[in-house]
Amino acid sequence: MTSRRFPLSGLLLVAPALAMVAAMFVFPFVLSVVSAFSSPAGAPTLANFAKAFELYSGDIAFTLLIVGLSTVLIALASIAIAGTLTLSETPWLVTALAWLYRWPLFIPFIVAAQCMRTFLAKNGLMNNSFVTLGVLDPDSTQSFLDWRGIVITFAWKQTPFVALLLAGAMASLDRATIEAARNLGASRLRSLIEIVLPQVAPTLLVGLVLSFVTMLSVLSVPLMVAGSQPTMMTVDMAFRINSYSDYPVANALGVISYLFTALAAWVYLRHSLGQERGQP
Amino acid sequence: MRRLAGTAAKAAAIALFAFALIGPLANLVLWSVAERWYTPYKLPVTYGTRYWEVVFRPTGDAMSALSTSVAIACLVVVVALAVSVPAGYALARLRLPARTLIMIAFLLPQAFPSIAIYINVARVFYGLGLTGTIAGVVLVHAAHALVYSVWITSAAFAAVDRDFELAARSIGATPWHAFRTVTLPLAAPGIMASAIFVFLESLDEFTGTFFVGVPQVSTLPLLLYNASMGGNYQIASITALILLVPSVLFMLVIERFLRADVLAKVGR
Repeated sequence: MTSRRFPLSGLLLVAPALAMVAAMFVFPFVLSVVSAFSSPAGAPTLANFAKAFELYSGDIAFTLLIVGLSTVLIALASIAIAGTLTLSETPWLVTALAWLYRWPLFIPFIVAAQCMRTFLAKNGLMNNSFVTLGVLDPDSTQSFLDWRGIVITFAWKQTPFVALLLAGAMASLDRATIEAARNLGASRLRSLIEIVLPQVAPTLLVGLVLSFVTMLSVLSVPLMVAGSQPTMMTVDMAFRINSYSDYPVANALGVISYLFTALAAWVYLRHSLGQERGQP
Repeated sequence: MRRLAGTAAKAAAIALFAFALIGPLANLVLWSVAERWYTPYKLPVTYGTRYWEVVFRPTGDAMSALSTSVAIACLVVVVALAVSVPAGYALARLRLPARTLIMIAFLLPQAFPSIAIYINVARVFYGLGLTGTIAGVVLVHAAHALVYSVWITSAAFAAVDRDFELAARSIGATPWHAFRTVTLPLAAPGIMASAIFVFLESLDEFTGTFFVGVPQVSTLPLLLYNASMGGNYQIASITALILLVPSVLFMLVIERFLRADVLAKVGR
């Protein structure tokens, strides 16, 4: 092909798209790091981080806790869904579950936030349904519009994505190992944990890392589902900008959130490189 | 008897699961047709379509936000595809140095916490006079959506059988002619799928518009946010439902556009 003689043509075709990433991502990324480490006079300093920790250390821990807890819940729920889809021997259950679980898949975060803002309220449909069923006493209902609301919204929105990936990976497994385990008397739960899960762990990890990073940068859900303190770092960043035009501290918080992302990427890379070397 | 109890437990579990999944959406639908709903009533006191009429009034905020959103999403598709079709073709067919790194470069805007990026984009755009303009918002959305458009168009080109191109070339077609009449039409469904991804990504985008678009550019997600924070749950719910329609349609048709052979090559 012509390309073999002109290796430059390939680069020329990729150049506009790369230029866009450079201008819209790399450049502002560098700006944010420089701004985070600069004093108003332009000298290098750690003062912005000191101020960010002084003001928002609670919210930084809170953010990690919320996103971490959500990731655990997403993992458990998607293993339960994908495991049921793969191992259940009840056809109607599989059909119903397969039809149901995907619904939130393409729903935007902001729509999920609005759904939950009404559903989880003290007088929302959730509490009202439980009261009507007699499960809850009308006086003991409480609003879930706080950290629990954020976790529920994240799990609701992201579980279908991870479950879809996981169910796909499980479906492409060799059924023979599962059948063998079942024939030797292993329960379905045990086959799931000891035979199926180890084989699909890389897929699960990809889904969870992507979800972790996505949830870390969502602004609409903490704004709309939990208005009060403590809140997530994204809300603090928006607040520093909109109320004080305080770019250095907002960028310091941004750099901290990059570090969390790097942590997730490190977990992923360590695992996938370990796999390539033949270790689990 | 045990069998019956097992079936009952499964039915209860799936009912609870359905409630958790569909309940929040049902609440949204209820709010959209509730003209009056206050405590202690468990369901709306009066139902009606008054707020739907408010939203769909041709001169209303919602209609102008809808047309702004759709116009931005269409422009984002044009911009993203204009840079992604050449890049996708090169990544699928031509020899490139550091190909893996180039692929990862397109993932970065999605993989990093975008909010800190948007803050600084907004700052740069302010100096350039691009904040509060459609062009500024289009650029932000397009950069964010590049991973879909580049990765999926590249997979679509990779899934086209090379032999068709070689056959066209061997009967005298120029490389450009072979691309235009053979490769591009065969890759079209995959490119269409990436266009749909990009369109939805732009339509649903909130954070970037929140920092770069305000105050002049009001899209549906911003209208939803403002209505909801202002306590106007009817308008917020109807706007949310409008945003849901393309998402749900997409979920139902995605398999038609994104064939398994293309899907298997995404990110490769």
